[in-house]
Amino acid sequence: MGMGKSSLAKKYWMAATGLFLILFLIGHLAGNLQLLLPLGQRAKDRFNLYAAFMTHSPVVKILSYLTYTSILLHIIDGIVLTIQNRRARGKVRYAKNKPAANSSWSSRNMALLGTLIGAFIVIHLINFWAKVHFGPIETYIIANHAERIQDLYTVTIQTFQDAQYGLWLVLFYAFSMLILAFHLSHGFAAAFQSLGLSHPRYDGLIKRLGAAFAVVVPLLFAFIPLYIRFVLDQI
Amino acid sequence: MRKTTMAARKSLSLTLKIWRQKHAKARGRFETHRVKGISTASSFLEMLDVLNENLIEAGREPVAFDHDCREGICGICSLYINGRAHGPSRGITTCQLHMRSFRDGDTIYVEPWRSRAFPVIKDLIVDRSALDRVLQAGGFISVNTSGNTQDADSIPVNKQDADQAFDAASCIGCGACVATCKNSSAMLFTAAKVSHLAHLPQGQIERKRRVQHMVRQMDAEGFGNCSVTGACEVECPKGIALKHIARMNREYGHAVLTSREQT
Ligand code: HEM
Ligand code: SF4
Ligand code: FES
Repeated sequence: MGMGKSSLAKKYWMAATGLFLILFLIGHLAGNLQLLLPLGQRAKDRFNLYAAFMTHSPVVKILSYLTYTSILLHIIDGIVLTIQNRRARGKVRYAKNKPAANSSWSSRNMALLGTLIGAFIVIHLINFWAKVHFGPIETYIIANHAERIQDLYTVTIQTFQDAQYGLWLVLFYAFSMLILAFHLSHGFAAAFQSLGLSHPRYDGLIKRLGAAFAVVVPLLFAFIPLYIRFVLDQI
Repeated sequence: MRKTTMAARKSLSLTLKIWRQKHAKARGRFETHRVKGISTASSFLEMLDVLNENLIEAGREPVAFDHDCREGICGICSLYINGRAHGPSRGITTCQLHMRSFRDGDTIYVEPWRSRAFPVIKDLIVDRSALDRVLQAGGFISVNTSGNTQDADSIPVNKQDADQAFDAASCIGCGACVATCKNSSAMLFTAAKVSHLAHLPQGQIERKRRVQHMVRQMDAEGFGNCSVTGACEVECPKGIALKHIARMNREYGHAVLTSREQT
């Protein structure tokens, strides 16, 4: 029983990993916002130095492994919960059911939303993570910096400005952030509830914070590829 | 003068699509019945009584459905009515649902609670003993009943805790929370008892054991997990709030992490 198998424990893990991923989103967004700087050497160096720091710092390394673990646990736990929940409902379904009368669409479709986010994560990793680790990616020398650094900046800008697939990719990213917004619109506050963190003095604050987070963070994320594609100069 | 709308009529004609199932193992199906002259002042169960009288007169088998107090306190009446547990209104049981909530000519679906843990016994009656077993696993306090029992009123309880405990204690065990939950989760029911007793001094002795045993039984009965959709709280006839589930989550985590006895 304990902290593994019970229904409640599974929800603790779901909530804890979800909240960790929420923290990850904040960090990831803060870094990515540097892509909004005007095109040029300064923006390029700054972003690439940041990216180099992210791949080499031991602290970031630990955080990144925690993030990978969280995503995996979150997905596995989510699959187990969803299978159990479907089985618990039984074979015969209601002929007439009006779930919209008592619950939000997002809250009932977390698994669908999560699966779409999962698909986005895979494509996102192929777009950038894979290029950092397996190429093709250019390297160049920056003054006062010992090693050659990878030009992830150019890869990123080119990916979204690509004449063939760039537009589709930008739309896919924007759509995925919309999905994330729905996932978070329920997930943020639900995670606190699952962990038992509820108190009449703070419940309202958590709800409002969650609602704001679910709008602002995905919106800023989605803005980056849209900006690169439609506003930033061609690289 | 206002034009008389359909809803304002005093008597209704209705089409009922009712789930019929001979026994637990039989295949069920919907049966269509028409009832006429249903008073808008009658309750949903009284409307079913009219249907059953018609059926009996016609020499057919009446529809089996659960009912007892007919005043919203026993929790036995159930029914998924037109896609909602206990029908379209909030904060009531089916026996408290008035026919004025419907319009003349309506078609009404009447289904039993659906959940793997609530097998159909016959027609609209389901077996809710899974909830009893969850209660038996820990939803009690051990008190001396040999004649020198302490008067409960002599034990001080602060107002907020007493109110919380009372709200939680008002659960009537109807199972609407399970029936309406997309996961068939019995979290609201279980949490109501855990929270009720955790708020009171009498509940402290078995506090850690209670929550662990009840959650284990809840899982063993095949109820689903909580997705925090909040559907249960909306459909609960007694307005048991979701915060009691948070309370149980907190109680359980605390018990698992600090309990010194093996469960
Ligand atoms: C950035 C990525 C993600 C974040 C920040 C995130 C966050 C969250 C949060 C906070 C919750 C609420 C936990 C709770 O109900 O207690 C949640 C629930 C859920 N997530 Fe995610 N999630 C992410 C990605 C995913 C992915 C990739 C999946 C794929 C399977 C997924 C599937 C689910 C499911 C199924 C639930 C609902 C669990 C339930 O109903 O009990 N999530 N998520
Ligand atoms: S919590 Fe509400 S809906 Fe669930 S069994 Fe108790 S009274 Fe019925
Ligand atoms: S018959 Fe007792 S609550 Fe409805």
